[in-house]
Amino acid sequence: MSIKGKAWNFGDDVNTDFILPGRYLELTDPKKLAEHAMEGVDPSFAKKVEKGDVIIGGRNFGLGSSREHAPTALKYSGVEAVVAESFARIFYRNAFNVGLAALECPGISGRVNTGDTIEIHLAEGIISVRGELRLKITPLPEFMLILLNEGGLVPYLRGHLKEW
Amino acid sequence: MGSTISEKIFAEHAGLKKVEPGEIIKANVDLAMSPELTAIIAYKIMGEMGFSRVWDPKKVIFIIDHIAPSTNIQNANLHKQCRDIARKEGFEAFYDINAGVCHQILPEKGHVYPGMLLLGADSHTCTHGALGAFATGIGSTDMAAVLGTGKLWFKVPETIKVEVDGNLPRRIAPKDVILRIAKEIGADGATYMAIEFTGRTIKAMNIAGRMTLCNMAIEMGAKTGIVEPDETTLAYLKGRVKKNFQLVKSDSDAVYARIVNLDVSELAPQVACPHAVDNVKSVTEVIGTRVDQVFIGSCTNGRLEDLDEAATILKGKKINSSTILQVTPASIDIYKAALKQGIIETFLEAGGVVCNPSCGACFGGNNGILASGEIGLTTSNRNFKGRQGSPDSYVYLCSPATAAASAIKGVITDPREV
Repeated sequence: MSIKGKAWNFGDDVNTDFILPGRYLELTDPKKLAEHAMEGVDPSFAKKVEKGDVIIGGRNFGLGSSREHAPTALKYSGVEAVVAESFARIFYRNAFNVGLAALECPGISGRVNTGDTIEIHLAEGIISVRGELRLKITPLPEFMLILLNEGGLVPYLRGHLKEW
Repeated sequence: MGSTISEKIFAEHAGLKKVEPGEIIKANVDLAMSPELTAIIAYKIMGEMGFSRVWDPKKVIFIIDHIAPSTNIQNANLHKQCRDIARKEGFEAFYDINAGVCHQILPEKGHVYPGMLLLGADSHTCTHGALGAFATGIGSTDMAAVLGTGKLWFKVPETIKVEVDGNLPRRIAPKDVILRIAKEIGADGATYMAIEFTGRTIKAMNIAGRMTLCNMAIEMGAKTGIVEPDETTLAYLKGRVKKNFQLVKSDSDAVYARIVNLDVSELAPQVACPHAVDNVKSVTEVIGTRVDQVFIGSCTNGRLEDLDEAATILKGKKINSSTILQVTPASIDIYKAALKQGIIETFLEAGGVVCNPSCGACFGGNNGILASGEIGLTTSNRNFKGRQGSPDSYVYLCSPATAAASAIKGVITDPREV
């Protein structure tokens, strides 16, 4: 899996209210949710983001609520992956479940500016920044890699019900 | 080497003799709970996974609590779908808008017991660890898998032991204790771990207080908070839970990732300042801060003990004309008990308003939204920027006593001085 896109760096402690404010929790259509992606911290993000873009975070990305609306909104807004120093537990699981890559990459947050070009080479475990800097991705647990390759927990369960 | 409560519960539910932290296991779930905002999504995804019915309607609970009663057509539709699904599936328990906040209703109505594995599509599901259950919050797709199969995969968590010692001073509450612990551990200090609360202070604490502690485990990133079940637990469960259960306890030689010791005998009232739950200060450092809205309620502090503490301070007094006070009991049963004891009247006489039980005010859903530039002081659990409304508002977290005292003065106030 290879991803190439523009980086959006939001720094440390990006919580679920930043990613998808509580007032939109009554929405169920992923496309409608996507219109409010990152609205809690950048109200114009959903208009600016392009397919293939990558969100960069610092520590504890996705802290707070169990709302899956958050990774769903990001995915349907065009974001291909979130790369952060560390993730909060429920967001991390939710991201893989909906088929959004959540990758840990120590040191990334201080080395990437919004607008930089990011290339993620998952198989090699490498992220390149601006075509020059190369950073290592923390290897994904095997099950998360399987989930990602299969497109999330829905297709996974449909194909692997016997082993579940 | 021994095991912690959490490891024992996971081993039991995975059909294994012993599990180790870090191990990935699949475990059978005893109860799956979904509030309306996540239930509908989870149920739809369950269908996409290929299941037409839930795995066991006796082990699924849906509840309408997050925005209740409905405030617009969009959420009214969600409520209706919830009712329709509950009827079609024949869930043993379904709670409508006349029940209360999910994390109060489950224990109150006897659905929670020691040693069980409970999953909720709400991050504060960790609250139920107060009764010695392993309870954790999950997203909608994980919930869909549970609804369809009754199982889920887990990474067995490491455990942080928090030992609390000392008698709580006058006007110091479990909320002050947990805010002090959040300051110590930090907002990501317990990520993917269980926090086991123990020590003499916890042993002496009632279930309401233990629920306040466990409720905020997620604010440190934890998978759950848990308290070893004891006589206090059994007394609470008596008359509520009919099924047989085991009192699962940690072995004396269990291994902990970290042990945190805290003496609370001289603890001051604590306040979490904007915009982080671990930005905790002693009330004395923030005294005099203007407060536009005081909120007493939520799954953290909406129980009878909390309302009683606040009413003791407000009795015979008026709130300051520059602030508003909103009280939301966590359940209808609490509301009725508070009514009977004159607590509701005290709030109303003081100039407050009392709303029906719901989660709305806590997450900026409805009933108590902050305007741009406003400062809220709340007994709930999160103070992220924009959490309770405008991105330009400010939220401080505190105990019911601090909230009540501050409502009287219109500024953050030390409840020991009132």
